Amino acid sequence: MLIFEHSREGRRAYAQAPQERPELEDIPKQFRRKSAPGLPSVSELQVVRHYTRLSQLNFSIDTHFYPLGSCTMKYNPRACNQLAMLPGFLSRHPLGPEEHGQGFLACMHELQEMLREVTGMTDVSLTPMAGAQGELAGVAMIKAYHDKRGDHERDEIIVPDAAHGTNPATATMCGLKVREIPTGPDGDVDLDALKEVVGPKTAGIMLTNPSTVGVFDRNIEEIARVVHEAGGLLYYDGANLNAILGKVLPGDMGFDVIHMNLHKTFSTPHGGGGPGAGAIGVSKRLQTFMPGPVVRKEGDRYRWSRADELPDSIGRLSAFMGNAGVLLRAYVYARMLGREGMKRVGEYATLNANYMMERLREAGFALAYPKRRASHEFIITVKRQAKEHGVTANDFAKRLLDHGYHAPTMYFPLLVPECLLIEPTETEAKEEIDGFVDAMASIDAETREDADKVRGAPYTLPVRRLDDVKAAKQLDLVWREGSKAA
Amino acid sequence: MPFIPHTDNEVREMLDAIGVENIEALFDEIPDSLRIHDVPGVPESLSEMEISRLMHERAGRDGQPACYIGAGAYEHHVPAAVWEITTRGEFYSAYTPYQAEASQGTLQLIYEYQTMMAELTAMDVSNASLYDGATALAEACLMAVRAHRKSKSRRVLVPKSLHPLYRRVTEVIAGTQNLEFVDLPYDPTTGTADLEALRQWQGEDVTAVVVPQPNFFGCLEDGDALTDWAHENGAMVIGVVNPTSLAVLQPPGDWGQAGADIVVGEGQPLGIPLSSGGPYFGVLCCRQKFVRQMPGRLVGRTVDEEGREGFTLTLQPREQHIRRSKATSNICTNQGLMVTAATIYMAMQGAEGLARVAAASHDRTRKLVGLLEDIDGVESVFDGPFFHERVIRLDRAADEVLAGLSERGILGGLSLKEWYPELGEAILVCATETKTDEDLAAYRDALRDVMAENRAA
Repeated sequence: MLIFEHSREGRRAYAQAPQERPELEDIPKQFRRKSAPGLPSVSELQVVRHYTRLSQLNFSIDTHFYPLGSCTMKYNPRACNQLAMLPGFLSRHPLGPEEHGQGFLACMHELQEMLREVTGMTDVSLTPMAGAQGELAGVAMIKAYHDKRGDHERDEIIVPDAAHGTNPATATMCGLKVREIPTGPDGDVDLDALKEVVGPKTAGIMLTNPSTVGVFDRNIEEIARVVHEAGGLLYYDGANLNAILGKVLPGDMGFDVIHMNLHKTFSTPHGGGGPGAGAIGVSKRLQTFMPGPVVRKEGDRYRWSRADELPDSIGRLSAFMGNAGVLLRAYVYARMLGREGMKRVGEYATLNANYMMERLREAGFALAYPKRRASHEFIITVKRQAKEHGVTANDFAKRLLDHGYHAPTMYFPLLVPECLLIEPTETEAKEEIDGFVDAMASIDAETREDADKVRGAPYTLPVRRLDDVKAAKQLDLVWREGSKAA
Repeated sequence: MPFIPHTDNEVREMLDAIGVENIEALFDEIPDSLRIHDVPGVPESLSEMEISRLMHERAGRDGQPACYIGAGAYEHHVPAAVWEITTRGEFYSAYTPYQAEASQGTLQLIYEYQTMMAELTAMDVSNASLYDGATALAEACLMAVRAHRKSKSRRVLVPKSLHPLYRRVTEVIAGTQNLEFVDLPYDPTTGTADLEALRQWQGEDVTAVVVPQPNFFGCLEDGDALTDWAHENGAMVIGVVNPTSLAVLQPPGDWGQAGADIVVGEGQPLGIPLSSGGPYFGVLCCRQKFVRQMPGRLVGRTVDEEGREGFTLTLQPREQHIRRSKATSNICTNQGLMVTAATIYMAMQGAEGLARVAAASHDRTRKLVGLLEDIDGVESVFDGPFFHERVIRLDRAADEVLAGLSERGILGGLSLKEWYPELGEAILVCATETKTDEDLAAYRDALRDVMAENRAA
């Protein structure tokens, strides 16, 4: 039932709105609304019960193992939320003076410093509001860097075929052309292909390392050398930073700019699709191009950066300073991890992934890159099951839901057919992983015995499989009085 | 080890299963030259008790001054239930609802949100949100260029009365695609877009006209006239609105003969705390015919195999994870949790509650400005109708006056000197339903004192 269907004229949550409704006689009629908008008229209890019940229809980290590859669905510590929501932080206006923001700015400054340390970059800007916006900032900086040097011919960005869709989409948004290069059979970038496309038109390359196929690219130093020698810059997509936290610094690999998904590696919530936070780090040569504002410290006072401190800045990416509340959560998490904890993230995320990969291999599943170590994630392919029994990766995913496990990422990266990209994260206990492997094995047995059963899943969720074609063809994006899902 | 559950025995079993001696061996594909063994610049771990103490101390240090700054971020009462429910783990720690069957809660909520926003703006459809109001405007400009194929100029007319930070963000994000942003001056008496200045664009190729309502100064633009002019001249209309105001102000879908084509806005006033500027969320609504040009997620209602109502992400071929370099935008994650809060907020307030919030905010600002104008050396800058913000001018240095107020625990408004030097010693003030008569009187008294001190100086 929709909230609108609980609505009764004349009902409302009396405690929440002002007691009076002042007249607006000084606003001429032509500016005023003629009929009330169709918001629901419901009681406070109805609202609470309706949305509490809706929440219970979701899988989430707090309720289910959620091994979604490339998304780092690790535990979001409750302290991070509670402490970011202290009244002093919540009530602070973004344009309030620095003297009423020293506590907040101190947290931001220390977060910048810690992120700088764990990435090996020269400087950090916290303002991008999601990974994709961090990418936009990074590519815009690369473009601005070449433009400033009068190097206007560089209008191509090299992107491996395994990359996240945001990489090529971002390059296009920045007015650059995308040159795609293939991934070799061992999962590393095809170096020969790279050498062929790189040249005087190369603005840069966008790389994820470990890559989205779940392996660490062993040729990264060679890649950096080739791209730099051609005059291009290197962009690091930090989606998989969790795998190497405390183990390798992107700055040491030769990257000029990186974004970090703080909602992955630094455990801020995914929130059903955001808000994220896509802080960026830069090498020395891009420092002056960063988006602002950043926090600076003078003596024991914190302040926003001045325009003359970022003279080549690409500018501002949000009306204020990005997702400040998310950054506070990341700060709390980073302080709780501390120096030792940072290293353990990469270690135990990698241990869990390799253990799970090994168990699935034993259970008879085909690995996409069987000769490689897993990073924090790995890929299995069910193309054999698809061919022999007509059971696809999507069917496995839906059946997993019946077993109480959220499905891994499906059909990504695009280069591996019928694939599941699996990322357990470091916060899952061994028995969860074992349980997942058992569920996969039982579904695999089911594909041989009763493939239709698998193809019909899920059975135990609030709905069975949904008609996506109908959803797209008969668009129903907005409820209208009396309308039903037909 | 914070948040890591492994016992020593389990680690041993897992390593044995993998067939390696220790965890270090799992990193053996990484070149030795790149390996590090410490991050010495990160401080030692704090327990929850220790970090709690630190954060309480820092949050407390910032004080909680009485806030009369608006300028795109507004203090409103947020019902206790809004964040109690929003931060339930099932909403808080879920991912983007790609697995529809396991995400019906989030999906239905977004569908309800889309309905509420379409109702408020009187538009046909809404997406599931963008990052914030400013980036929503940037995306709307790019969307207009895609949707308006006949227009070749990529020219967007932008009133100077638009929030200056929105203008900057839009230039950074949309400017990479060769859009031309043209200033439309404001009338110095009304503080609204100068309709005379539009004339020079008559007959020219203009892709879109931006209409901020209320505008940055709090003044109400002539939405009817701007919309009709734009449509008569073949341009699209992008409305930039405050969603709270739409409970009482004419919605952009009703502007002029045909209404706005695209509507964006900052969703923060709908139950989102000020929180130093974010996370907020961007609203984006449009006419049905432009829906395929929209960036961001969309949720549609459909049926399952048994004919039951259900909800799913739809029109995904517009998006980056499918279309890659040909996507409508690079946006992936949006501001889902903020939409959760806003939807609960709107359900809680309903049309009547939201209209009360809007009307009370207008009334508080009207009353505040009346009190302040009684002080010697304080005057309103613009005539004409306004929503819940007003520009006032002082006869002495605005920055010094604001600093004096700040020392008394009052953030008296935003100095406009940097963005609008032509207005002189002007500040933008805002009061919402959170301010009582006593609060307003305390502000007046403080301003009177500070003004007197500054005169003496």
